[in-house]
Amino acid sequence: MPDRSDFIKKILAGDPGAGARMIRLIEADDPQAFGLLRALYPHSGKAFIIGITGAPGAGKSTIINGLITQFRKQNFKVGVIAVDPTSPFSGGAILGDRLRMQTHATDENVFIRSMASRGRAGGLSRATRDAALVLDAMGHHILLIETVGAGQAEFEISYLAHSIGIVVVPGSCDGIQAVKAGILETGDIFIVNKGDMGDADVSAHQLSMVIEMGKARKTGWNPRVIKTHALEGLGLAELAAAFLAHRDFLGTDPDPDKTRKERETLYFNCLVRELAMKKLGAFMETDPAYPEIINQLLAREIDPFTAAEQVFKKIQRKMTHGK
Amino acid sequence: MGVAKYIKDERGQIKEVTYQSGIKIKPSYGPEDLERAGFSYEKDLGAPGEYPFTRSLHPQSYRSRAWTTRQYTGFGTPEETNERFKLMIANGQNGLNVAFDLPTQMGYDSDHPLAQGEVGRVGMAIDSLKDFETAFAGIPLDRIGSGLTINAVATIMMAMYQAVAEKFGYSKDQISVTPQNDILKEMIGRGAWIYPVEHGVRLVGDSIAYAVKELPKSNPVSICGYHIRESGATPAQEIAYAFEIAKAYIDNVTARGIAPEAFVGRFSFNFNVYGNMWEQIAKFRAARKLWAKMLKNEYGVTDKKNLFLRGLFGGGGSGLTKEQPENNIMRGAYYALGAALSGAQTTALCSFDEAYTIPTPRSALLSLRTLELLMDEVGMRDTVDPLAGSYFVETLTLEMEEKILEEMQAVQSLGGMVACISNGLIQRKISRQAYEFEKGLQAGVYKKVGLSSALTDKISGKEPDQTNVELHAHNEKWAETSCANLKELRATRDGQAVANSLAALEKAAKGSDNVMPYLVNCCHAYATVGEMAGVFRQVFGEWNEPEFY
Amino acid sequence: MENKIRVLIAKPGLDGHDKGAKIVALALRDAGFEVIYTGLHQTLEQIIAIATQEAVDVIGLSIMSGAHLPICRKLLAMMIKKGLPDIRLVVGGVIPFQDIPALKQMGVAAVFPGGTSFEDINSGMKALFEKER
Repeated sequence: MPDRSDFIKKILAGDPGAGARMIRLIEADDPQAFGLLRALYPHSGKAFIIGITGAPGAGKSTIINGLITQFRKQNFKVGVIAVDPTSPFSGGAILGDRLRMQTHATDENVFIRSMASRGRAGGLSRATRDAALVLDAMGHHILLIETVGAGQAEFEISYLAHSIGIVVVPGSCDGIQAVKAGILETGDIFIVNKGDMGDADVSAHQLSMVIEMGKARKTGWNPRVIKTHALEGLGLAELAAAFLAHRDFLGTDPDPDKTRKERETLYFNCLVRELAMKKLGAFMETDPAYPEIINQLLAREIDPFTAAEQVFKKIQRKMTHGK
Repeated sequence: MGVAKYIKDERGQIKEVTYQSGIKIKPSYGPEDLERAGFSYEKDLGAPGEYPFTRSLHPQSYRSRAWTTRQYTGFGTPEETNERFKLMIANGQNGLNVAFDLPTQMGYDSDHPLAQGEVGRVGMAIDSLKDFETAFAGIPLDRIGSGLTINAVATIMMAMYQAVAEKFGYSKDQISVTPQNDILKEMIGRGAWIYPVEHGVRLVGDSIAYAVKELPKSNPVSICGYHIRESGATPAQEIAYAFEIAKAYIDNVTARGIAPEAFVGRFSFNFNVYGNMWEQIAKFRAARKLWAKMLKNEYGVTDKKNLFLRGLFGGGGSGLTKEQPENNIMRGAYYALGAALSGAQTTALCSFDEAYTIPTPRSALLSLRTLELLMDEVGMRDTVDPLAGSYFVETLTLEMEEKILEEMQAVQSLGGMVACISNGLIQRKISRQAYEFEKGLQAGVYKKVGLSSALTDKISGKEPDQTNVELHAHNEKWAETSCANLKELRATRDGQAVANSLAALEKAAKGSDNVMPYLVNCCHAYATVGEMAGVFRQVFGEWNEPEFY
Repeated sequence: MENKIRVLIAKPGLDGHDKGAKIVALALRDAGFEVIYTGLHQTLEQIIAIATQEAVDVIGLSIMSGAHLPICRKLLAMMIKKGLPDIRLVVGGVIPFQDIPALKQMGVAAVFPGGTSFEDINSGMKALFEKER
């Protein structure tokens, strides 16, 4: 680690090497990371964060590639975090989303970071939101976050992003199902990709109807449905414009604090919970009585509910009275 | 990949044999197997030279003519290649097979930054018609046909070949040019692609449609299951994917209002030959039959000659090992035996040093002699399809046919070959298989002689057997010469004519006109390969390959 | 979270034979590495940019064209110039045995010629980091 203030200066100046190393520290749970984030925090909060989610193969990376092109045309500095799943067997991962974004590799105003989910469910890695803070502090105007896309339960992105695009493949049904399953609440823009597949119009129409029916939005924003054919570069200008329109809308929202409050609360809850878990975990694992309790549980000499309460009380005492 | 899976009992006796295509082999076969498979002589075999051509394309097969062999030639500068061409023709060869360097294959001129270190390395460097004039000087283009190993810019090379012929006074209906021109397999396996999938297919379609009208003696496309197999496909997938690729091209051309009957007879194929010998033989016999059946039933093709599965069956690169390279000489001989027993019309054989280097003249000659030996000494010309009627071979051929059909249906159910390549499904499947196979090889599940003993040597601490092979030298002079020639060309050609021809090409590429005549004009105006390919790059964009895992 | 080793598997130049690069990427994933793959036809500038943004520990080049000596020399110089001296460079592909000393001499951390077992690649890669930990 170089000189701390110099390092922070470099990150704030947008130095890609420094930003990348900072994200490594976050991922590695380095003890210095927390303090560094604290120093970067006042410089964050300026970027517009877009989450792109949807099933594997729907074309998320290709859409992001196209969005980068569009946003670059308007001179935005763009940061990307693309999350891929970690293999549950080996703990390793192949991070290949950026393959589709390769044309932007050497653009100085584009920063692409691949990230493994590292066992975290919910579509993001634990480090994603703090990495987003770093990219924000580096001066990227727009952040694009690509989720794993492994299932329909990817709510985590809504704690992080200002605007969420859900990619749907026409005719696959999963899009409509996802909408019915409740993701409707989180989607701001619905992207019907691969618009040459004939039934794109049908899907787009169905989506509009479902959205119309479920006008359960907390804000006054009317979710949009945009048709794209990302491989051909079609519909991407409209898509970029839709995201920017949503950004402008959020800026003029008569009650912007409502959504903001929700997001900040969720983020903060997560942070506190994680910190608590980390500290609690340390107590749990070092308690010499722990293996004994497990044995008692196995022998059914004690019920797990009583045991859990006992252990927690012990931890509480330790925490309040020191070790 | 190269070998089947054998499960043995504790005494070392073989209990179970499974071929790569997924077919289980019995300890012995008899009439009941043929009966169970519903084998019928008329339906499944027929006489040699008769539909469905399982036995052979020609009634007399090797009796009327031994197989033709194709040596891959071309390196360094056009001058050196021209000398080599002339030598080969003097030795009785009646066709050339031209290799291009990577910058040419990728549509870059020799002075492009990305060409650095690559000029002339794996084939000859071509920048403009000037270079073709040098390479083909003194070659009777009305008698000698040329195969061009080029894909992404095959249209450009075809046009240039026509231009050079015209320059030398031959008319376009006299020449025979066969570019590889199979862009979809490049996307699966060999990696020399440039443009996005649909545009790549459109260019293939343009060249076929053009050849139908303007180049009556040329074969515009040669579909390469070969490279798909090299990348990790099973023998059944090799055939299935090649046929699905062929269908993608056929569909593109028929959509222009040209009937399949008018052009499918000009398709040729390039298939691989390594692995279990019986599986290869069954593969080729089944493939000849399936191709004929498919064209007849699905595309209404009726002319017998248009139903032929023509092509080169040979090579076998991935079967070779780097360890104990001399073993590859024997290995190659058995691959060639398999090709002969399955009635290959044309063949070639990888050289034993291929795992290290571009074949040296000595190793290339050994391959040629191996092929001669089989025809002239061992007895492969004696009788047509000597294995016909074998309980085992006929059963296996039928099972192989079924496997190929299964693999084809899998592709169709996922939207066809263009979709499967665009979204990476095929690449993913194949790289996964290649990985599993490599793991199996390293774990000793599959066996390769020499490789397995090299692993044993390593475990026992013995020095591995590292036979030294000569390496093909790369000459930095080639790049200097090419770049100097380019500089001179740019200074002396008619710049306005070049600009006009390129502008017309751009318009054609943006619209739906066939690009071929425009390319011929560009070539005559001495536009460079990089300039022509650059127009396409600008209009079509470049492909972003999908994930593979 | 533990600090995983991040590896960039890169295909420099125009050669399109990527089977080796792909299967090594899969093998490294299965050995617990986080692997980023560049795809084909990369310039050295692209490789440097990706390595920087991804903050990788290792760049693994797959080279089949015979141009390994000039490519490695140039990339190593660029890595120093761009402030990435801590990244290890390893090379695989068609590498003749006689070239290995020259590659090591110029600063290539490890060479895995075609045919090296996955086990040897994995242990060779891990050994690069054990020295300092």
